[in-house]
Amino acid sequence: MSDQTQNPGLIDLAPTSAQKFTTRLLPLILFAAVLLIIPLLGPSRTAYSLLNAIGINIVFALSYNMLLGQTGLLSFGHAVYFGLGAYAAMHGMNAIEAASFDGGTWALMPVFALPVLGFAGGALAGAVIGWPSCRNAGVPFAMISLGIAELIAAAGFMFVSIFGGEEGISADRMNGIEAFGLSLGPISEVYWFIVFWTLIGVVGMYAFTRTPLGKMGQAVRDNPERVQFVGYDPQRVRYLVFIASGGFAGLAGGMSAVNYEIITPESLSLLPSGFVLLMAYIGGIRYFAGPLLGAIVLTWMQSNLSDFSEAWLLYLGLMFIAIVMYAPGGLFGMVLGFARGIIQPDAAPRLTRWGALSAAAMVTFAGVILLTEVAVSRTSGHVFAPGGLPLPPSSPLSWALGLALLIGGGWAIRHLSQRFAS
Amino acid sequence: METIAFALLNGLIYGLLLFMLSSGLTLIFSMMGVLNFAHASFYMLGAYFAFTLGNFTGFWVALFLAPILVGLAGAAVERWGLRPVHANGHVAELLFTFGLAYVIEEIVKITWGKVAVPYQVPSALDFPLFELFGSQYPAYRIFMLLISILMLVGLWYLLKRTRIGLIIQAALTHPHMVSHLGHNVPRIFMLVFAAGCALAGLAGVIGGNYLVTEPSMAFAIGPIVFVVVVVGGMGSLEGAFIASLLIGFLQTFAISIDANFADFFGWLGLQATSEVGRITIASLAPMLPFLLLVLMLMLRPRGLMGEREF
Amino acid sequence: MTTALSLREVRKDFGPAKIIQGVSLEIAQGERHAIIGPNGAGKSTLFNLISGLYRPTAGDIRLRGQSIAGIRPYRINRMGLSRSFQVSNIFSNMSVRENVRCGVLWSMGQGYSFWRNIGNLKLVQEKTAHILDSVGLIDKADSPAALLPYADQRTLEIAITIAGGADVILLDEPTAGMSHSETDRAIALIQKATAGKTLLIVEHDMGVVFGLSDRISVLVYGEIIATGAPEEIRGDPRVKEAYLGDEAELPEAVA
Ligand SMILES: Nc1ncnc2c1ncn2[C@@H]1O[C@H](COP(=O)(O)OP(=O)(O)O)[C@@H](O)[C@H]1O
Ligand SMILES: [Mg+2]
Repeated sequence: MSDQTQNPGLIDLAPTSAQKFTTRLLPLILFAAVLLIIPLLGPSRTAYSLLNAIGINIVFALSYNMLLGQTGLLSFGHAVYFGLGAYAAMHGMNAIEAASFDGGTWALMPVFALPVLGFAGGALAGAVIGWPSCRNAGVPFAMISLGIAELIAAAGFMFVSIFGGEEGISADRMNGIEAFGLSLGPISEVYWFIVFWTLIGVVGMYAFTRTPLGKMGQAVRDNPERVQFVGYDPQRVRYLVFIASGGFAGLAGGMSAVNYEIITPESLSLLPSGFVLLMAYIGGIRYFAGPLLGAIVLTWMQSNLSDFSEAWLLYLGLMFIAIVMYAPGGLFGMVLGFARGIIQPDAAPRLTRWGALSAAAMVTFAGVILLTEVAVSRTSGHVFAPGGLPLPPSSPLSWALGLALLIGGGWAIRHLSQRFAS
Repeated sequence: METIAFALLNGLIYGLLLFMLSSGLTLIFSMMGVLNFAHASFYMLGAYFAFTLGNFTGFWVALFLAPILVGLAGAAVERWGLRPVHANGHVAELLFTFGLAYVIEEIVKITWGKVAVPYQVPSALDFPLFELFGSQYPAYRIFMLLISILMLVGLWYLLKRTRIGLIIQAALTHPHMVSHLGHNVPRIFMLVFAAGCALAGLAGVIGGNYLVTEPSMAFAIGPIVFVVVVVGGMGSLEGAFIASLLIGFLQTFAISIDANFADFFGWLGLQATSEVGRITIASLAPMLPFLLLVLMLMLRPRGLMGEREF
Repeated sequence: MTTALSLREVRKDFGPAKIIQGVSLEIAQGERHAIIGPNGAGKSTLFNLISGLYRPTAGDIRLRGQSIAGIRPYRINRMGLSRSFQVSNIFSNMSVRENVRCGVLWSMGQGYSFWRNIGNLKLVQEKTAHILDSVGLIDKADSPAALLPYADQRTLEIAITIAGGADVILLDEPTAGMSHSETDRAIALIQKATAGKTLLIVEHDMGVVFGLSDRISVLVYGEIIATGAPEEIRGDPRVKEAYLGDEAELPEAVA
């Protein structure tokens, strides 16, 4: 182009390759490195199964954020695409098993590759359901997604031959061709399967944000009206992103099918749809890596806190509300803000401020936990004893202590934020 | 004949209960733009409050006190929860109420247990009122009908005959105008939110003992209330009323139809032994509201009587 | 002389309100045409009709002979007609560079592609950089659009509009709210960016209007009461009466 001769070096204003490396490639390499190093630490079976669940949820949460964070579409029914992808993979797995006895084309398909089938299933479902849903963003989109999720989940329980009724359908992953010499029998081998597809999913979805379609998705999120006047049809942009997002959700579903070897219609319902929304939002929908962080934290909480406390869903809900109210950037936004805050020159006073506020927040939250756990112990019978101090629900002192922490912490937050604001 | 009469009566009662629940949500949604995900949670709170209060005061006092308590809870949620979030936009508000619904359910589980509580129809109303085609009809259902009609009349009077009602009506269709007229918009919002929650609470008080009072009752009925609001149309109480009755009749009739797909589509060669042929109309009943929702949003996004699109 | 844009008896009602009441207009290829008129006359509505945001109640609109009345905005845009907005209408959470790039993408044949890395599209990057440079936003390329000062947002609005290389450009009050020096800069930019193109501009600054345009139309209450060269408009008594009032003086010819 002649412009280049007129304005030499203009193109250099784009990020340099060194910048690209540190902001794009380096985090990915570090992420991959962590995944590769983990097995060297000799994780237990429980650790492996947690890690596998995290990998699945990372892909699922990122696919959700293709809609919410990247394109501005709030969905209450994303599990539909996860679930249908999982069902596609599950039926594939059964076909592979059948073919291993009496031959057929399915015998050529390794179980390792089933997430591809999941992707196809999710994308196909997105292509069918998406077009009428994508006319508007906002409340109509949210409501259609909710209605469709209810319908598909109900249909899931109705058509037993496809969805297997209450028990769902199950399959055996140790059949057919072995890819990369993995039998997929022991969970440590499944780990490599999960790592492979998690990386494919993360890289694929990151790459998507950098394509013309991905960029126009962000433009539609910001200003659908203006998009029409630069030559793009916002409905079509939403629709195409919707299909891609359904595909990646289906990929996660396919990973889950191989990992758990069972899928029930429950997985199509509003409950997992709500959970993926929580993962993405708590992690931070404004950042690509936010939902990734959210998936790690929430999956960990799900598997650890649910043993530890009956009330973990309450803590999760409160955490979500706190983030909606005070930290719309999510956990990743907080981490990023903290990291930037340290680098900047006047770090010391800022750190004191944050330290004081987090301490106050911690005290408040301790109050919430104390009250909740004392309340729970009324029915469970296990007296809550933090640090060996028994707090029986019959004693008014237990409640008073909880209230004191709650009110004291709340007051401190108020006081501190007012002082720092002035 | 018999089935139709019962279905009509039951559908009417269910529809009116739905309207009691959704009228508040329509008001809130139209004025504030907040599709309150936790609305049905206030319905649940109504039932639980009435159960606990009833143990001390009896049903009749609880019938008055519980909705007031729920209304106060609603006011608090609006003042310290929704209002600060308002600046972050409607999606943030929607998400806030979504989180709130989770939290309320968990609090209910911790406070009252995970299984249903024995919240019962008051003994004064626990008798068959009349006999219809040889079956007895419980008096409590007629009581529900009366309360619903009373609420309907009360709401109509409030909106058409009082000053605050006129302001609310103006705000339903032209939310931006009200502030220009110099009214204290945040106060009106809080009032409407509280009143809407109180209505939901009332529905919980009279519905909780007729149905079941359990922690999952909010998530069971919440989406149906959305359907009513969306199908009825933005800013239209009349639309919500029609949609409530429509869904009420639709569901009760579907349940009472004793037929399956093969009976209807047998002429297409559908066998009663096939999987599709075996599906009964009754089993479709829970899906019907959502089918209606999806079709409505695709074909007529403004709803039955909506003044404007969402 | 070929006609770029022609309106025939275009009408637009909003319910009972007749906002555009039979506007006919012929704009030649390469012409710079200004539309002036009091607030609420329907100038922005006319732009909304031409660019496809609204469907005319009656009448026909043709772009190079082809009817575009009632066609969706993105199709009209692809046919080579681009518009700006009176109130800045930008992609506020994206950077300035990304904003301009959104305007460039379709014209560079990128469509809805999801298999190419936008960073590797050399031609797109070059064109984006070229436009940023020509409007003077190149050193703010990486700042978020929402954080730009007002005048820069107006400039960005123009940059997005011209980015796709459309040859019929509609600008709705591009200098509204700008200071004198900012206006001068904006006008110089418009002159340069629309050289050789057909320009339809709504503008309140009479100095700008008379200096810039080949012809002027005066829109009052949804009707064009006069169309002609600047000298004719300046001399037209109806215009003086209806639009300019008695105290306003039309400026002398601006060089
Ligand atoms: N979408 C609409 N619905 C109803 N009235 C409208 C609409 N758009 C514009 N109008 C009315 O049309 C008239 C002309 O508006 P506009 O075209 O913005 O005027 P101008 O740009 O000349 O100042 C105004 O009275 C405005 O209220
Ligand atoms: Mg205007």
